[in-house]
Amino acid sequence: MTGLLASGWRFDSNRHGTWAVAGVMVVLLFILPVLDDPLLLLQVRYYVSMIVLALSMAFIWGFGGIMCFGQSMFFGLGGYAYAISVGNIGESTAPFFLAMIIPAIFAAILGYFMFFGRLNDVYVAVITLAVTLALYYFINSTSGDEYSIGKARLMGFNGISSIRKFNWPGDPKALLSANHLFYFSMGLLIATYVGLKMLLGSTFGRVVVAVKENELRAELLGYDVRLYKLTVFVIGAAIAGLAGCLSINYKNFISPNAFHLSLAAQIIMWVLVGGVGTLLGPMIGCVVLLYVSFILGTGASGGGLNTYLIFGLIVMIFVLAIPQGIVPTLRDWREQGGRYRRAIAGAVLNLAEQLPAPGNVHVRAFGERLLGVLGPTAGDRTKG
Amino acid sequence: MDLVGIQIIQVLSGIATLALMGAGLAVIFGMMRVINFAHGEFMMLGGYVVIVCTEQFGINLWVAMLIIAPILVGLIGLVFERILIRFLYGRMIDTLIATWGLSLFLIGVITWIFGNVTRGVQTPLGSYSFGDYSEKTYTLVMIAFTVVIYLAIFVVLRRTKLGLIARGTMQNPSQASCLGVSPPRVYMVTFAIGAALTGLAGAILAPLNTVIPTIGVSYVAQAFITVITGGAAAFTGTVLASGVFGAVRQIISFQWTPILGQVFLLITAVILLRIFPTGITGRYFRRST
Repeated sequence: MTGLLASGWRFDSNRHGTWAVAGVMVVLLFILPVLDDPLLLLQVRYYVSMIVLALSMAFIWGFGGIMCFGQSMFFGLGGYAYAISVGNIGESTAPFFLAMIIPAIFAAILGYFMFFGRLNDVYVAVITLAVTLALYYFINSTSGDEYSIGKARLMGFNGISSIRKFNWPGDPKALLSANHLFYFSMGLLIATYVGLKMLLGSTFGRVVVAVKENELRAELLGYDVRLYKLTVFVIGAAIAGLAGCLSINYKNFISPNAFHLSLAAQIIMWVLVGGVGTLLGPMIGCVVLLYVSFILGTGASGGGLNTYLIFGLIVMIFVLAIPQGIVPTLRDWREQGGRYRRAIAGAVLNLAEQLPAPGNVHVRAFGERLLGVLGPTAGDRTKG
Repeated sequence: MDLVGIQIIQVLSGIATLALMGAGLAVIFGMMRVINFAHGEFMMLGGYVVIVCTEQFGINLWVAMLIIAPILVGLIGLVFERILIRFLYGRMIDTLIATWGLSLFLIGVITWIFGNVTRGVQTPLGSYSFGDYSEKTYTLVMIAFTVVIYLAIFVVLRRTKLGLIARGTMQNPSQASCLGVSPPRVYMVTFAIGAALTGLAGAILAPLNTVIPTIGVSYVAQAFITVITGGAAAFTGTVLASGVFGAVRQIISFQWTPILGQVFLLITAVILLRIFPTGITGRYFRRST
């Protein structure tokens, strides 16, 4: 217990890895604008907003153990909250925060019913799926004039277009330039990544992981499991809302497709392919799969055969053959694989020690005795 | 009076629709505890079987709907049980993700073959009038089919040896195995039957809905909510939950809009699950099916 309480506010087990990843992003932050390629910057901003979304799912699923099938609803809610409030206020500071607050409030209400009702993982997945669908249908049906909030019309399936971009706080006339928007987005991504790492290293983060590993044990140790899960869910929703607001600043437009299940599906796939239980994996998975779907010629809302067919195959193959995802699998290979696997993994992961291994966080932090209490194996034995 | 009559029929048809959607899932999820997120796509396949049979091969609608659709979809279910699901029994979240991958895959295949266009099956039997209102006769037929299907399920599960073996294996696989039953085989057959029921439901509902490759998404959420809210006694629960949700949805839809009907269905579900976290039948009907 003292180990838990004394662990305090710090990074998780591998701070070198965290700094390495953050460092790479900081280098990108400074190098990309120098290249003087506006189109590239625009593209990168799109990827950045999606990576933030991937991080939100990586956090709630990989560390909180919450299988949310509708993370896109918070993305959409954040986007709509920004679009509507910026249309009314005419200044972007408050809307920027509202884009995180509104999804967080919605998540708090929904999460109260799910977690305080003690629904299990599967029920949570189904309910989040259904709520996302309901929001999608609802927003689609709001094309009439009667659906408006203040000066902003919801516009139904047409979506809201020409939304104001960010301006300097307090000065509605000073819109951010393309370069500044890039710095802002990239900076927020770095802040989100480092912030989540710090959160996971704190006492709170360790309890969250403990709850994921074994709910009953954590509860018997005196933690209010429901509250921890709810908090994780709300934080995830706020980050997804932030992603929604960033993505609007990339395309000046939002439509009900932000709520669409194909986006929700892609988010899960990023995390699944990259590796559940890491932050780096989903970020990589997000970039790779977005690029794949770009090559296949459809965007997030596309309905082409190839995207569905190929993504379906990817998901099935990963669940059957590589259920951990790429990053954890490579890590295993490097440590326990045969000659060839070790060589391959070593080559891919030549940053060797620099990759974060948050999956092991509580094991390393708590030492031998508490490992017996909170470790995954012990949990299985009780359940069985 | 006519208005009340037509509303009663619509509420009944709403209940029957949900019960139909839930039947196959009650077998696969309710009994076997396998999360089948490709449920909606199995229903979609049932609809496409009817379309292909009637339009391409000129087969009689009723034959296609009641015989060919369940058999074909059941076989497809069997194939995927063998190559995908059987490796994942007991791993709920993995099953959920894998079957969801399967659903994307099936959407992809069907879009590839038929294109992303809306198809429809002409509603047979015309309509009848009820005072000042008219309603499709097929709706009544659909309600009747639902009742028959559920009666058949109850009889098979409670009165036949097959049902006894299935229920026993789901309760305690190792005990069943000691008594000479092969659990993997029972699982395989049960999954196929569940898929067949799902295909049948999709086929029966096809004339009332449009059929597009992505229609499954709208089925799957409702079906899961119904079965989950039903709780431990899969079939009794599904019937009860369909009753509640069907009534809520139809009444709200009638008063306001169908969209609000969907939204209220969902709100009712979330509240019911807050009150009965293990479903309606979790507390009272533990011993029935």
